[in-house]
Amino acid sequence: MKKKRKSVSYAKWGYIFILPFFICFLIFSLIPLIDTVRYSFFEYYRSGIKEIGPNFIGIQNYISLLGSDMLKYAGNTLILWVIGFVPQIVVALLLANWFTDVRLKIRGKQFFKVVIYLPNLIMASAFAMLFFAMFSTNGPINSILMSLGWISKPVDFLGSVIGTRSLVGLMNFLMWFGNTTIMLMAAIMGISPDIFEACELDGCTSIKRFFYITLPLIRPILAYTLITSIIGGLQMFDVPQILTNGQGNPDRTSMTLIMFLNSHLKSKNYGMAGALSVYLFIVSGILCFFVYRMTNGNNDDGTKKIRKKARKVRKGGR
Amino acid sequence: MKSKNQKRGQTILAYVVLIFLSFLCLFFFYILIVNATRSHADLQKGFSAIPGSYFLENLKNVANDGSFPMFKGILNSLIVSTCSAALCTYFSSLTAYGLYAYDFRAKKAAFTFIMAILVMPTQVTAMGFLRLITNMGMYDSLLPLIIPSIASPAVFYFMYSYLQSSLPLSLVEAARIDGSGEFRTFNWIVLPIMKPAIAVQAIFTFVSSWNNYFVPALVIQSKDKMTVPILIATLRGADYMNFDMGKIYMMITVAIVPIIIVYLLLSKYIIAGVTLGGVKE
Repeated sequence: MKKKRKSVSYAKWGYIFILPFFICFLIFSLIPLIDTVRYSFFEYYRSGIKEIGPNFIGIQNYISLLGSDMLKYAGNTLILWVIGFVPQIVVALLLANWFTDVRLKIRGKQFFKVVIYLPNLIMASAFAMLFFAMFSTNGPINSILMSLGWISKPVDFLGSVIGTRSLVGLMNFLMWFGNTTIMLMAAIMGISPDIFEACELDGCTSIKRFFYITLPLIRPILAYTLITSIIGGLQMFDVPQILTNGQGNPDRTSMTLIMFLNSHLKSKNYGMAGALSVYLFIVSGILCFFVYRMTNGNNDDGTKKIRKKARKVRKGGR
Repeated sequence: MKSKNQKRGQTILAYVVLIFLSFLCLFFFYILIVNATRSHADLQKGFSAIPGSYFLENLKNVANDGSFPMFKGILNSLIVSTCSAALCTYFSSLTAYGLYAYDFRAKKAAFTFIMAILVMPTQVTAMGFLRLITNMGMYDSLLPLIIPSIASPAVFYFMYSYLQSSLPLSLVEAARIDGSGEFRTFNWIVLPIMKPAIAVQAIFTFVSSWNNYFVPALVIQSKDKMTVPILIATLRGADYMNFDMGKIYMMITVAIVPIIIVYLLLSKYIIAGVTLGGVKE
């Protein structure tokens, strides 16, 4: 009886402590979300200095978006993400495997970890600006390649589709492979050493061990990395925006969805921006659901380690 | 014998790949630093691996440039990032503690809700956010870049995991028996225990706020309120070919070197922190 009263009297503190979070979320996320959804059903844009709308037009914005270049931009986003992600996960798996292999005894592990993690903390916009300056036709990269005699005249990296996309992919790779490596290392180190010992006694090679022991055991974390990286890829903005000055050059082949959203917001086309946001919200909602299932689902070995990932989630895998 | 050779081969391969990747990571920064020390005329002649002597000159040019107030930008970025890091870690800890230490009816629902929005991109609400802060009169000010960091689901989750692994509830009970109020318990007993988690998340929040570009670019209009990433973007948008290239490299250097220095000083903690939340089971 006494105990029950006690817990009741403390309950109010629970509410008080979580109140700031929820008030802040309500004001700065939930209300904007509702507003966004509402305006997605309105014709509301600015043409010159004249404001048109808001007039209710139903799902017209959604339909005209499907008819516009949105799907092309979605394709661009996917391509740019894949170019960065595939090498990232391959290299991260390789490095994580080497770093955790007791038989290899790699020296200077800490040094390598510090170096490969470094690009993750660099301001993406400054990094993109640096790449723009370096890979421009009279920039240092062309100058180096020419003095090495590999090319006879400057290559216009940013003038070609492949060049621009590769640069974006390269930057995303550089910025994220260190982070993924450290995540996967933690996952591999979480595997019981007994299993590795047993497989060593059975005489399996390091390649077999990787494919039959390590890979299946870290699969939950791999899946998690994949999904969070897709969410990050969906948000890709800083790098292509700065690299191409928001144009997505050449011929809008490196224009991502968020760059598209940004240009609608800048031109104050609220109706279209709203409808595009809703599309993005639905896709990320589905992805969020997968993450939710993984972090809260059945409590097998893998899901616990996923907690370690909270940070990567926040940074969004960009 | 065979396996020994194989092992050696693998070790060599590992070193080759690692050195190559490290080279790739450092090469661009090397070019950046070298070019920041050279004059515009030198840079036009082509690349040279040897640093020049224009470092201070370039730095002075950056500092005196009125159209790109870089140092004002750094100051703005410092204000935003420091305040965000402080608010974010304090309130995330508070929320995590509230959900961890107390039993109340909405507890499960609140936790589920935060977990559901854990990875929701902020961009989807950007339009409504922009309209809201315009209506609130906070357009073109630093406040909308700071206050929303109070609600950071991912930091909350990190703090919650940390509490689960390192705060025994008996300690809270003991504090109560000694007559400590709930806020006092949190501020003087729980927060010190959470110090390692707070330090790590403070660093990460600081860095991500420092690097943030999307929201500031929508919110900030006037030059003297711009943060570093927006200044870099304006630089990219300006008539680039007429610029002193040495100055441009110096601006990029000024934008990223502070973070690199902090990182090198704290790298041990940062790298350990990437995976901290779950290591302590």
